Amino acid sequence: MANLESNLAGIKSPNPFWLASAPPTNSGYQVMRAFEAGWGGAVWKTLGTPIVNVTSRFAALDYKQNKMIAMNNIELITDRPLDENLKEIAECKKAFPDRSIIASLMEVCEQKAWHELVKRVQEVDIDGFELNFGCPHGMSERGMGSAVGQHPDLIKQVAEWTKEVARVPVIVKLTPNITDIRFGARGAAEGGADAISLINTINSLIGVDLDTWNPVPHVDGKSSHGGYCGPAVKPIALNMVNECARDKDVNIPISGIGGIETWKDAVEFLLLGASNVQVCTAVMHHGFRIVDDMIDGLNNYLDSRGLASVQDLVGKSANRITTWENLNLNYKIIARIDQDKCIHCNKCYVACEDAAHQCIDRISNNGSSMVVVDEEECVGCNLCQMVCPVEECIEMIEIDTGLPSESWKQRSLRLESTVSS
Amino acid sequence: MSEALGKSIHKPLSEIEVMLEANRCLYCYDAPCMNACPTHIDVASFIQKISTGNVKGSAYTIMDSNAMGASCARVCPTEELCEGACVYNAAGDSPIRIGDLQRYAIDYVADRDIQLFEPGPDTGKRVAIIGGGPAGLSASRDLRRLGHAVTIFEAKEQLGGLNTYGIVPFRLSVETALWEAEQVVRLGVDVRSGVRVGFDVTLEELIKDYDAVILACGMGNVPKLGIEGENLEGVWDALDFIERAKLGLPIPDLGERVAIIGAGNTAIDALTCAKRLSISRGREARVACYYRRGDEQMTAYQFEYDFAKEEGIEFRFFCAPTRVVGQNLHVNAVEFVKTELRDGKLSPIAGSEFTEPVDTLIRAIGQSRLVETFERLGIAHDSGVVKVDESLQTSRPGVWAAGDCIFEKGMREAMVVEVAEQGKVAARSIDAFLNAKVPA
Repeated sequence: MANLESNLAGIKSPNPFWLASAPPTNSGYQVMRAFEAGWGGAVWKTLGTPIVNVTSRFAALDYKQNKMIAMNNIELITDRPLDENLKEIAECKKAFPDRSIIASLMEVCEQKAWHELVKRVQEVDIDGFELNFGCPHGMSERGMGSAVGQHPDLIKQVAEWTKEVARVPVIVKLTPNITDIRFGARGAAEGGADAISLINTINSLIGVDLDTWNPVPHVDGKSSHGGYCGPAVKPIALNMVNECARDKDVNIPISGIGGIETWKDAVEFLLLGASNVQVCTAVMHHGFRIVDDMIDGLNNYLDSRGLASVQDLVGKSANRITTWENLNLNYKIIARIDQDKCIHCNKCYVACEDAAHQCIDRISNNGSSMVVVDEEECVGCNLCQMVCPVEECIEMIEIDTGLPSESWKQRSLRLESTVSS
Repeated sequence: MSEALGKSIHKPLSEIEVMLEANRCLYCYDAPCMNACPTHIDVASFIQKISTGNVKGSAYTIMDSNAMGASCARVCPTEELCEGACVYNAAGDSPIRIGDLQRYAIDYVADRDIQLFEPGPDTGKRVAIIGGGPAGLSASRDLRRLGHAVTIFEAKEQLGGLNTYGIVPFRLSVETALWEAEQVVRLGVDVRSGVRVGFDVTLEELIKDYDAVILACGMGNVPKLGIEGENLEGVWDALDFIERAKLGLPIPDLGERVAIIGAGNTAIDALTCAKRLSISRGREARVACYYRRGDEQMTAYQFEYDFAKEEGIEFRFFCAPTRVVGQNLHVNAVEFVKTELRDGKLSPIAGSEFTEPVDTLIRAIGQSRLVETFERLGIAHDSGVVKVDESLQTSRPGVWAAGDCIFEKGMREAMVVEVAEQGKVAARSIDAFLNAKVPA
């Protein structure tokens, strides 16, 4: 039994699984259900001046019979009065004192407004604040949400204002709709934020209805761009989390968000630098019960690796990401097809032939043909292995070239010194 | 054991099949499959765990609700239970292969010798279980997790009951049945094999020495047909026959024609076992089932009937044996009379007698009840069916009963999964009883 306790900038939870600020954390009823199911913490749906939502609000991206690999929302922050929300927060905290409740906040860019909201909210027992600088629709047009999140100096400013009065840790939630995530992250750190959380949703349009020519979703025939999230965004989130984790000017803990559905997804975020994770889309798809396998699977994984605590995972792969110029040009792998497992679908052949380096040959073998990698020509790009439908049929084999490790950066310097000498 | 007998009819799923099928599962909420399972295994959850690569967690989820998960995965009539309830049936697609996925998950932990459960802290209480079949094992497992000491008294040499001795090896191997029993024993169970309660040790002794007793002794032998000539050589009790085949004990030559009387699951097992045994000996016999009623009344599961037909078994309905005829003290023919159902009543048709040449005759007409045992144990029964209340307590205080010994007559076939649930119910009831006895 491993220890799953997590600690994000002093906010402790019995496990690293939080719910993100979103429809699942809209009400006390829901958060109670979540805690009953086992979630370690919940970031409440963003508090602020209540809004009015439109119908409809969500749309999903299905991919060839795989439902909801991503979704898009044009929902805004809370549509309920602050008092009602605070009452429910207090009830939840009383019923589940060991779980973390974080209040997500959004206000206009004025010090007084932020001070008032922070003071009002921390009259109830909460474990932290999360500042919403990420909402890419609806609020940004009013000068809030991502209107702030796209300006590192504004992030810094609001973080400072909040820290002036907050009695609990302050997390800044970053929007991915920027040029370089590190700028906003640095702004947050400079403003005194105790942690950052990312990513919020990505600007997107799910699609167009080919019969009506209306956008999907549509509100009386029209739509706005929405916030994209779910499994499809995970790679974008992983990269941004990692960039912040490695940046020497950020240096504050990270709560990872973006398409987490299983314990494996969570482990990936932790390895790349997150201290805990937040989940939304998977809960909207399957319900709070998914946390059971997340906890169980994480536990079994840690046991199988001989690790005593989930904190032993944090950042362990972070510094294996570097800039391209530092990658070893002399590292060679090639693909090898297991002829016993091959089912002769030939997808590897056409992928390599049309889209890679034409290194797979079709060879006649007693009336039938088989596919064989030309190991001299193979550049080890991985494409054949990616398209192959049979697990472990195509293996990437490391080849010892006898050459020392040398990156492009090192080679450039070497060649330069050769020229100049 | 020959391949014909030993090779499982269940083809293991390939990795591709497992992942495709596990991901095809919709992960329903309050899933019908779970509700259809007598042990309420959280099916959607265990399948979801396979899909996330948490196979150990999957096996835990299964076995947590059902200690007999390994045998159930192989012998449950899934098309009448979980798979029959799968929402895909209504959607026009084939149901998820729940039995196969369950087998995959449990084989995973069995192959790696992963122990899933631990005994609970010792309560100082002791429970005696009479019978080490599925009901007794299921009760033992839960009692150990609750921390009570358990002793199993088993008449045979091995545990597992009919799982070990009575279900044909190509459906449920001895190896699997014994592994399943071993998972219970390794929680710390005292096993006394070769001991018959009521004969080698009395119920009074058990009631004196233990804080609670569970009677899980199952049923008895296949009764006689009650016709002339049935004591000739070559006439078998189906369970004896299957047990010998399963344990590799000698079985004489079956000859060219084998006849089985009866059409329940045990009959199907005897039929297919005889067929495969004859094939393995290089002399495939004609194997036929003779049943006094029709295929609509037969109690064997539909998939068993289909399986038997695929194996080349012949079925003769609406006929009953009247006399066994032999030569040199060995059966060589059986006389039958045709029967008919009129207003629900079965009667022979006058003048319809016929004779079949038969070299081996196997009777599979149900099992007798252990009436003598119940009488000796002083337990109330209703023509051999032990009387129990909702919590499975018998007429004697401190004695519970579970399994085939409480299975009511005239209904359909008893299932391993049902008795597994009964074992849980008895264990829970005993735990409440034992806790109530603890002074405040």
